[in-house]
Amino acid sequence: MPECYIYDAVRTPRGKGKTGGGLHTVAPIDLARAVLDATRERNGLPEDLVDDVIMGCVEPVKEQGGDIARIAVLVSGLGQAVPGVQINRFCASGLEATNMAASKIMAGAADLTIGGGVESMSRVPMGSSRGPWATDPQIAARTRFVPQGISADLVATLYGYSRQDCDAFAVLSQERAARSWQEGRFARSVVPVTDMNGITLLQSDEHMRPGTSVASLARLKPSFKMLGESYGFNAVALQKYPQLESITHVHHAGNSSGIVDGAAAILLGSREMGERLGLTPRARIKTFASIGSEPTIMLTGPSDAAEKALARAGMCAADIDLWEINEAFSAVVLRFMEALDLDTSNVNVNGGAIAMGHPLGATGAMILGTLLDELERQDKQTGLAALCVGAGMGTATIIERV
Amino acid sequence: MSEQNADKCVRVEVSDGVATLIWDMPGRAQNVFNRASITDFDAALDAVLADEAVTGIIVTSAKKDFIAGADLESVKQMALGPKDPAALNESVGALTNVLRKLEVGGKPVVAAINGTAMGGGLELALACHHRIATDESRVKLGLPEVSLGLLPGAGGTQRLPRMIGVKPSLPWLMEGKRFGTQESLAMGVVDAVVPAEGLLDAARAWLATGPAAERAWDKNRGRGFVVPGGGIEEKQTSQMLMVGTAMLMDKTHGNFPAPLAIMSCVAEGLRVSLDEGLQIEKRYFISLLLDPRSGAMVNTLFLSMQKVGKLAGRPAGVDKLVPTKIGVIGAGLMGAGIAYSTAKSGIDVVLLDLDQARADTGKAYSASRLAKSVKKGRRTQAQMDAVLARITPTADYADLDGCELIVEAVFENRDIKATVTRSIEAAVSGAAIVGSNTSTLPITGLAQASSRPANFIGLHFFSPVERMPLVEIITGEQTSAETLAKSMDYVQAIGKTPIVCKDSRGFYTSRVFGTYVTEGVSLLTEGVVPALIENAGKATGMPMPPLALADAVGLKLMYSVGLATKADLGDAAPDNPSQPVLEELVAKQDRHGKSNDKGFYDYEGRSKRLWSGLSGLYPPAAAQPDVETVKRRLLYVQALEACRVYEQGLVATPAEVDVGAILGWGFAAWSGGPLSLIDQIGAAEFVARCEVLAAAHGERFAPTDGLRKMAASGARFYSI
Repeated sequence: MPECYIYDAVRTPRGKGKTGGGLHTVAPIDLARAVLDATRERNGLPEDLVDDVIMGCVEPVKEQGGDIARIAVLVSGLGQAVPGVQINRFCASGLEATNMAASKIMAGAADLTIGGGVESMSRVPMGSSRGPWATDPQIAARTRFVPQGISADLVATLYGYSRQDCDAFAVLSQERAARSWQEGRFARSVVPVTDMNGITLLQSDEHMRPGTSVASLARLKPSFKMLGESYGFNAVALQKYPQLESITHVHHAGNSSGIVDGAAAILLGSREMGERLGLTPRARIKTFASIGSEPTIMLTGPSDAAEKALARAGMCAADIDLWEINEAFSAVVLRFMEALDLDTSNVNVNGGAIAMGHPLGATGAMILGTLLDELERQDKQTGLAALCVGAGMGTATIIERV
Repeated sequence: MSEQNADKCVRVEVSDGVATLIWDMPGRAQNVFNRASITDFDAALDAVLADEAVTGIIVTSAKKDFIAGADLESVKQMALGPKDPAALNESVGALTNVLRKLEVGGKPVVAAINGTAMGGGLELALACHHRIATDESRVKLGLPEVSLGLLPGAGGTQRLPRMIGVKPSLPWLMEGKRFGTQESLAMGVVDAVVPAEGLLDAARAWLATGPAAERAWDKNRGRGFVVPGGGIEEKQTSQMLMVGTAMLMDKTHGNFPAPLAIMSCVAEGLRVSLDEGLQIEKRYFISLLLDPRSGAMVNTLFLSMQKVGKLAGRPAGVDKLVPTKIGVIGAGLMGAGIAYSTAKSGIDVVLLDLDQARADTGKAYSASRLAKSVKKGRRTQAQMDAVLARITPTADYADLDGCELIVEAVFENRDIKATVTRSIEAAVSGAAIVGSNTSTLPITGLAQASSRPANFIGLHFFSPVERMPLVEIITGEQTSAETLAKSMDYVQAIGKTPIVCKDSRGFYTSRVFGTYVTEGVSLLTEGVVPALIENAGKATGMPMPPLALADAVGLKLMYSVGLATKADLGDAAPDNPSQPVLEELVAKQDRHGKSNDKGFYDYEGRSKRLWSGLSGLYPPAAAQPDVETVKRRLLYVQALEACRVYEQGLVATPAEVDVGAILGWGFAAWSGGPLSLIDQIGAAEFVARCEVLAAAHGERFAPTDGLRKMAASGARFYSI
């Protein structure tokens, strides 16, 4: 089987996902184009050479609809011979897109591919694409659908993570993200977003709140209490988890991932193609996996996905030097660490989505890039990136420096 | 002017180009939909649509009501008939098709709603191009199908939301709420409300305006039609469906298929054309007919309820008692409630207690309830005064003179009850009936204090009396048929439903109800985590989970009853696994239940949490059962006990067993009652499941001989 190498990883900074956010005036197609063009320029990719561009997007409707990956290719300099496809594995879309793009190389069906993702949450808000899970009464009832925030609080309740535990982790994310920006640890990957005249619109993640403390977070009210208690969702969750008397609501805006805009791309290729283009491989895609898990609790899938990937690679958790687990909610990270017996010393060492935000379709590719940068900075070998996924799934990718 | 045969269900009168279709079913007080009336209406409609002289159509009724909905026999056949999808697909939908023909027939049709329109009756009106109703307060409009486990299957789920919007239509469709004509006007369900005498003139006047015979959703083949308030994909509507489903699941635990099916008819049907929406509605309607839960609900909540309510089991040959004066002894909570319920029904009441002050307090209960209803506008002050005037509080037994029946509702103590019985009998004529309101003490024993045991009977009311619809009538060994018949007449006269049970310990309802709570406590002692017990209890569809219910009933009370039973019966007392737990909580932990804010739960204000000390006393087992097993134990233990009561001949009919369970202690309504539940599962499967439970958890789950025979023969409690 051919090996698949990562040659580059780029991302936009993350803009606050609302009116007034640094990227709110930028159409999602321009975010996608920006990372494709940056990838092309930085690596001197000839026109019409890339075999495929696979981009994740979670709300692929309106201006993100209609195969945004292909349209982004058309307006980038990659050339019209390069096809594009948009995929959706909810929050892991960016990583799944990368895995699919890698698969083509590993299958020998392609030599050079780009995986990545895009999401302008300020312009195409969460839930825009509807879908039957939440709003088809038969489906929602049969599967015991609850919104993710309820699931996150269910994870916390089931595994005993207190508000204090979740807030403490959120503070750590903020501290780490602030330090990493100060030390320029994201410099290699982040490309500023400019307007049509080349004027810079945003050059760093703007969602962070340095100086956040457990005390300042304690003032925030739980976000999902009313949804759970007054609109029936706690009862629905308890129908799946009848051993619990009630659900404790611990998550709020400060210990959940931020709503942001952004895009990311990963350049993948075979060894031969890299040599032909004069590119130095930075890491090898060792293996990856996606799994399905119980959908009501929804967010416990990453550890299962990680274990599946580790097993496929013949590895164990101790073989991994650095971990990136998407900070959808504090409890997701706490559960991931508990399930795999990890601690914070090598997990999300540069902070994560709680501090910097989670642009749904792009995040997977962003954290894979962060993982690679950090492996290089620390001169470590192996890393695993994983995300929890809506409707009860998990996706994980293991990379190894070469 | 033309007129059709007098034996038709629908008459046609044509004058000045206006055809009036008059529903007037021969030999019936109400118009209903059945095969004959739908056929007649269809034919009448064909005739007027084909008649070139007719330019407009009025649909109205010659009865007091407009149309009452489907008739009992049709509903029964639909719900209990063969479960054959292909056959149902052929037979269902006749009315839908006629109404669609009316709607697209090219001639304007106005419904002149002269009286109550329910179910299909309202759906007919909704299919018309215009609706005018009278302003009389007696006229109600509604779609009650959901309460029988069905859905409005003649276009109701499609036309109503297209007319008034998704959200406003949900109380009509999913809760079966009834509305007056003014409210209906405000919501846009009817277009005009006029005085009764001007109804037909108003209908003709509307037709005279030359209205279009086309609904908004049919214009341009439905292109451009917008549902008022936003279609299904609109953000607000989709969020409402998301939250609505969760709230429904919270309420029903998925036990009731009808409201979810209705929601789906709306969510799916409004995405497509009306004709296609009607197809979707039909699919869901058939799915409900195929669902044994709907059949069980129709059978118990409609057919059996009617049978029992009409006193099907009343001994024949006894003149009907029309009560005029009723005595109530004991003005405590139960007595005061009985007095209130009786006086409200237009019957004079003598409310007697040890002294005048106590009797007055009992009457004050009625005053406070009535004042509340006056405040809410449900009664006038004059009506309140009239009800209160019927209640005479007293401490003098002589005032009971002339009472046809006296309900004794004093403390549950044999000696006190005996004294009261003797005092009553000394004061009243030999024909008067003495009914003892007891929930536990055997009637034959209490009757020993009576000099006229043939006139002595048990009348077990439930609390709060004015809200609880059931009275369990208990016949002692010597109770006469006449006493029973007249007691049933009294219960009916105060608007309640009687079931009859022969004398035995716990009678029927208390005996079976007790098994639910006891099973919950047994689960606790086995190390099942309390939350699982309680969530499983909720999931069965019982109104309260077992441990919370025990707290509400009172742990101390249950403990005392257990001690009394043991004292009465000695070694013959049935094994009661909850007694040691009650002893621990009540006697050792001072936890009396909700009364002292400490029971299986800790109570604080309106919130409650399971008491953390339970895990120390009853440590959770390492392996926990799945929720389905716990649910089965909580339901089947009741079903088996109810089955024993029936097999022992204590309650005569399955209808009374099932109606008594649902009205008496809120047994899971979706099941149709404990015996209907067994029918749903099938006796053979039920016996097999019980044998598994008996092997694991004890003899209380052993199937009865009768059930084994049914399992072998394939028999059911209710024949189809």
